[in-house]
Amino acid sequence: MHRRVLAGDRLVAAFLIGCVLFNYPLLSLFDRHTQIFGIPLVFAYVFFAWAAVIAVMAWAVERRFK
Amino acid sequence: MLEAPVVIAVSLCYLGLLFAVAWWGDKRADQGKSIIANPTIYALSMAVYCTTWTFYGSVGRAAVSGIGFLPVYLGPTLVMALGWFLLLKMIRIVKANRITSIADFISSRYGKSHLLGGLVTIIAVVGIIPYIALQLKAVSSSVSLLLSYPDIVMPDRSATMSVAADMSFYIALILAAFTIVFGTRHLDATERHEGMVAAIALESGVKLVAFLAVGGFVTYGLYDGFGDIFEHITTNPELRHLATAIPSGAGYTGWFSLIVLSGMAVLFLPRQFQVAVVENVNEAHLKRAAWLFPLYLLLINIFVLPIALGGLLHFAGQGVDADTFVLTLPMSQRQEGLALLVFIGGLSAATGMVIVETIALSTMVCNDLVMPLLLRHKRMAIEEAKDLSGVLLSIRRGAIVLILLLGYLYFRLAGEAYALVAIGLISFSAVAQFAPAMIGGMYWRGGTRGGALAGLAAGFMVWAYTLLLPSFAKSGWLPDEFLTQGLFGIELLRPQQLFGLGGFDEISHCLFWSFLANIGAYVGVSLLRPPMVAEATQATVFVDALKNNGPVGAALWRGRAKVSDLQELVGRFLGPTRAQTLFVAYARRRGHADGVMLEADAQLVQFAESLLAGAIGSASARVMVASVAKEEPLSIEEVMHILDEASQLRTYSRELERKSRELTAATLELQEANERLQELDRVKDDIMSSVTHELRTPLTSIRAFSELLRDDPRMHLADRERFLGLIVSEAERLTRLINQTLDLAKIESGRADWNGCELDLKEVIEQSIAATSQLFREKGADVELDLPDNPPLILADRDRLIQVMLNLLSNAVKFLAPGSGRVRVALQRLADGLEVSVADNGPGIRAEDQQLIFEKFRQVGDTMTAKPAGTGLGLPISRRIVEHFGGKLWVESVPGEGATFRFTLPFAPVRETAVAVAEGA
Repeated sequence: MHRRVLAGDRLVAAFLIGCVLFNYPLLSLFDRHTQIFGIPLVFAYVFFAWAAVIAVMAWAVERRFK
Repeated sequence: MLEAPVVIAVSLCYLGLLFAVAWWGDKRADQGKSIIANPTIYALSMAVYCTTWTFYGSVGRAAVSGIGFLPVYLGPTLVMALGWFLLLKMIRIVKANRITSIADFISSRYGKSHLLGGLVTIIAVVGIIPYIALQLKAVSSSVSLLLSYPDIVMPDRSATMSVAADMSFYIALILAAFTIVFGTRHLDATERHEGMVAAIALESGVKLVAFLAVGGFVTYGLYDGFGDIFEHITTNPELRHLATAIPSGAGYTGWFSLIVLSGMAVLFLPRQFQVAVVENVNEAHLKRAAWLFPLYLLLINIFVLPIALGGLLHFAGQGVDADTFVLTLPMSQRQEGLALLVFIGGLSAATGMVIVETIALSTMVCNDLVMPLLLRHKRMAIEEAKDLSGVLLSIRRGAIVLILLLGYLYFRLAGEAYALVAIGLISFSAVAQFAPAMIGGMYWRGGTRGGALAGLAAGFMVWAYTLLLPSFAKSGWLPDEFLTQGLFGIELLRPQQLFGLGGFDEISHCLFWSFLANIGAYVGVSLLRPPMVAEATQATVFVDALKNNGPVGAALWRGRAKVSDLQELVGRFLGPTRAQTLFVAYARRRGHADGVMLEADAQLVQFAESLLAGAIGSASARVMVASVAKEEPLSIEEVMHILDEASQLRTYSRELERKSRELTAATLELQEANERLQELDRVKDDIMSSVTHELRTPLTSIRAFSELLRDDPRMHLADRERFLGLIVSEAERLTRLINQTLDLAKIESGRADWNGCELDLKEVIEQSIAATSQLFREKGADVELDLPDNPPLILADRDRLIQVMLNLLSNAVKFLAPGSGRVRVALQRLADGLEVSVADNGPGIRAEDQQLIFEKFRQVGDTMTAKPAGTGLGLPISRRIVEHFGGKLWVESVPGEGATFRFTLPFAPVRETAVAVAEGA
């Protein structure tokens, strides 16, 4: 019961983090003509943030509780 | 390798393979060995979200707007994070009510309304048609491109081309035939298609592999990795505008709208509803899918930008459509195998979408559009027919053909004016109109049928006016003035600047106005009047779906029905034999061993209705059941009363459960206490038997000496005094023995009082030595001390420790030779505690006795010659005291060289304050 609530809360947190990361205004901070490792910053940022949100979701549902 | 016969043969083989997988999946499902009962398969089947839009269209979109192709995958990622709540609730509702489609869901929620189900079906069909057109466009252009190999010729599509000469027409027909064979072979009461899901999962794998292959080829074959390709963005001024999220000037609003839109589409597209909700085998699969599906989306999108840039650079100025880069890039490099793989990947994406979407739509058309009309106008004919399952299947097959032909029609009318993604977004905006009625229906009890009808109708009309009609106008099928000057020349009614609202892209514009109309009408009309009986009932069923209540429906049915009538009714739609089997199985479950139920109670009626709902939709099922049963209408007061009662019952039963849990816990505690008591009793008996024996010895000597004194009055005074002295000392021993026995019993039973506090062991030792100094003096023995200053504190009971020390010291003294005895007491610091040793130079203890002395009433030494000098309880008590404080007590001895008793005690747990005080001092 408790465990389920916690996993659920973590998923909601992942949702909120994603909403903030994927949208204006945070998105606009990275939306400039610069490169990082030869990749345009905004491309790298969006893909990285996306992967991070997926990782948080995977962690939330797959983690075994002790 | 890319000649027409080869391409056709490979395509047919691939479709045959899918069919084989589906057949196998169905067969295994019939045997009860589901192959799709697996979270990975479930997540892969959700990836039917990725159609040719993703496969070909994303690159086309990226070539125009850089990363602007991506928000439609970010939305689903976010929604999947909430899927644990939203999808779980939808799955529970669908399973409990045997809902088979999104139209059925909405119609069922708002009182099983035919009108609402029909409206949802129309919106879904009209809204999805552009999406199907998109698949036809992508497949037909990929086929014609492949057949023009080795040249790369953009398909020429003039509107004057005759239908008979148009390849897309035949592709539409082939897809229709394939879907019919695939999805409507037999009628299932639950509308689940395990084989189809297995095939869809396979297709998702194929399209991912194909796309990664072409992506890898472009990125690492044509170019030298990501860095190499992206370098051109900075060096090539024509590509520079792609390296931003908002190259088209639509602003972040457009980006945000796409996230919202795609988030709703992934829930409410008929095919997504089908695979994620209706086809769900086990709701636990949602967990894995919650991140696996987004991960799939991430993987299939990684190479989109490199392919788009590669295509733009490679085909600069050659007029190649960016939507075809995925295929034309390998073709231009003479990679025939790769091109064929890409083609199969695209075919997978298209067929997957078309199969699931048209099956879902055909179920809706059959159950929520055609059946209600048939029931209304041909009631008589239907009541005469014995077996209607064939009719149902024919309706569905007809619907599939019709939908694909409508898709083809849209493709002919408007397909050329738009890129793939733009067509798909029109459909996304249409299905987003379901969101208020769906989400509102699951979380708000107040929504009514009128509200849902008004909201859906308003949203749909605004969508058609601001997005669908303009798509016709842009293709030339409506006058251009409609766009530029508005309807009837009224400026305010310009469809893409409605009421003068500008500054938005067309999707955000449509989303804003349609949602304003939709939500406004839904909430507004719902608030006009309170929900009626059927609406209130269904609201409870839907909103409380996660609350684990029993079926509410049965409680709300009152009337009379005959079992035979119900069975016959179900038999008409599912086939008489199926119905017979299902009814017999149901009767067995209810405890009628012979499988025959005599009376139709509310639960049986409910059961029959849910069987029918699976086949013909919940609204029609309601009507059909009502036609064979004599029902008594319930008033809203009665319904609310029953619902209240039900919820009270739930509260009571929860209370009861809690009580019974508490009772179990109490019983367990009692049991433990009882065991403990029995153990104590055993300990007591144990002690008593040894004690009585031990007590007898001093008592016997006291008695013997007393009798001597009594019997011999002429005894010498000296003898008398000696005997009296013995009597006193024996009595003292007796008292000691009794005290110590009680003490030990207390310690063993755990009832002893312990006053643990932090104390300085050195002080304890000094105090004990002071108390025994008289003994040492009497024996003429020396005491040596080796005590360090300020030893760390330990946690123990001062009086008990003194008791231990006194015992060890007096033991040592007892065995010393008079005059030459020496006792050495030392305190030593160990890693985790302190060790105290008491060493004497007495006779020592034999190795075999070193354990015995710690047992109760065991005294070593020659008991025959020497009178026992103690009680035999001192050491056992001492050991127990030391052990209580977490230490150990033992003896080391070499006979003839004395004995050393040692005990350890752990340091007191460090407390911040104690350390701080010590350091401050």
